Amino acid sequence: MFIIGERINGMFKDVAKAIKEKDKAAIQSLAKKQIECKANALDVNVGPASSNPREAMEWLVKTIQEAADITLAIDTTKQDVMEAGLSLCKSKPIINSVNANEEKMKALFGLAKKYKASIIGLTMDKAGIPKDSEGRLELAMKMVASCMEHGIDVSRLYLDAVILPVNVAQPHAKEVLKTIRDSKMLSDPAPKTVLGLSNVSQGSQAQYKSLINRTFLSMAIASGLDAAILDVTDKELMDSLITAELLMDKQLYCDSYLDAYRKK
Amino acid sequence: MERLIEKWQDKISEVTIGAKKPVKIGGETGIFFIDGEDKCPNPPKVAMEVWDMEPEAWPETLKANFGKALKTPGEWAKMCAEKFGADIICLRLASIHPDSKNTSSQDAGKVLEEILGAVSIPLIVIGSGSPEKDNDVLLHCANISKGQNCLFGIATQNNYKTLTAACVSNGHSIISEAPIDINIAKQLNILICDMQFPADKIVIHHATGALGYGLEYTYSIMERTRLAGISGDKMLSMPMISFVGQEAWRTKEAKTGAKDTGIMWEITSATAYLNSGADILVLNHPKAVSETKKTINNFTLRQ
Repeated sequence: MFIIGERINGMFKDVAKAIKEKDKAAIQSLAKKQIECKANALDVNVGPASSNPREAMEWLVKTIQEAADITLAIDTTKQDVMEAGLSLCKSKPIINSVNANEEKMKALFGLAKKYKASIIGLTMDKAGIPKDSEGRLELAMKMVASCMEHGIDVSRLYLDAVILPVNVAQPHAKEVLKTIRDSKMLSDPAPKTVLGLSNVSQGSQAQYKSLINRTFLSMAIASGLDAAILDVTDKELMDSLITAELLMDKQLYCDSYLDAYRKK
Repeated sequence: MERLIEKWQDKISEVTIGAKKPVKIGGETGIFFIDGEDKCPNPPKVAMEVWDMEPEAWPETLKANFGKALKTPGEWAKMCAEKFGADIICLRLASIHPDSKNTSSQDAGKVLEEILGAVSIPLIVIGSGSPEKDNDVLLHCANISKGQNCLFGIATQNNYKTLTAACVSNGHSIISEAPIDINIAKQLNILICDMQFPADKIVIHHATGALGYGLEYTYSIMERTRLAGISGDKMLSMPMISFVGQEAWRTKEAKTGAKDTGIMWEITSATAYLNSGADILVLNHPKAVSETKKTINNFTLRQ
């Protein structure tokens, strides 16, 4: 499982404050903590409140890379902010994200080619998020085709079937799981799959969020999920992830399998 | 037709054994001897057994190669190193077993020092198979050979703490053994590492079965271990050792068959284990040593 740490996001108050005050130590400590908790990459999002998102993104990328050598997922909807972030990444970055709009695909697959980036593709377009897995797969296929047209290896495309909060869109969860399973049939080699996990519990009561997250993650791993953007510092969530991978025969069992995973 | 070359994400740790003329094992980035997949940075090594007493159970065809040297471990080791081309000496402290001569830690220490004085190639030191006695004796041996960077064995799930502590405080490497159980092998390596033992000083032994006596079980476990190791499982990405000689010469075919049967048995078993990923083969017969070394050279030259 490829794990992308979600914490460096301006939606969180501490990160917004750190960006505003240019508090490098706060950001670097979040980066290091997530890497300690076994993140393979870190999501970087300046958040909605930033007055100059481009400058904030550049500062975040530089600040993180001063403290850690890790893959970054540049998370923004603005193309100039995206390119500003990508151009500063020392190792091959991840674009978070493209969707199935023609002009978006053209621009962002172009950037993926230019910066040798992997790319997260949300199964949505101008009309929004399809209500079932068939609609999601149709958009997924468009992105697979666009990826191929741009000469990018499809295994660098991470399809995100876009999970919606369970408290407002309950029927979507099982459609997302079906999309994860079926998207493996879209091409050979198949695109990878990813989830922005925490969205599933958005708006649910605080005491249930972690439980909802880890239960859904286990179900998604059983459906063949390859990657997830999640809170790596949530120990119970990570324990569930490791155990689900173990049960899927991705790791060899031993009595200390949780420790073994964390020693990797 | 295009050849599919598998790319593996990780590599086996490199373990250095010995001080005067150290050898390196491990470091593989793929399956041994597959052209294009593994560069075989450190070709497998051949060790020869030397005992601290004359091995009474050995058949004459085997004993005859060493003559009087069987009574003098230093001479025996020198013969293995200089005449028969062993890369490593494997000292088996058979006489310390309470059911054998029940010799003391000091006796074993003298033999160890005698061999260290006689040869400059690296040393493997293994006990007698009596857990309590082995703990006492190996602790003493690890202490007196401090700095020689020997490979000590054998740590098992039920008996690893004393030996691990002795090795860690004297800078030796360790053999961790699980009897054909990959899950226990992984667990044991975690337990050993939990004692602040460096993972790159562990060599895995899965128990060895000779041809016709469980070879295929060990082979497949070793292969699976290697695949897990190069796929990123750090607790299985260690080099492996096979005690081929002791198992081959224990078979009834080797003991009662035609003159060369035992040698053939040893060579055949060794060749199979080479292909399963063994980094050290512990052998007994000089002919098996020379033939196995030829095979290793042929395999690695081809790359």
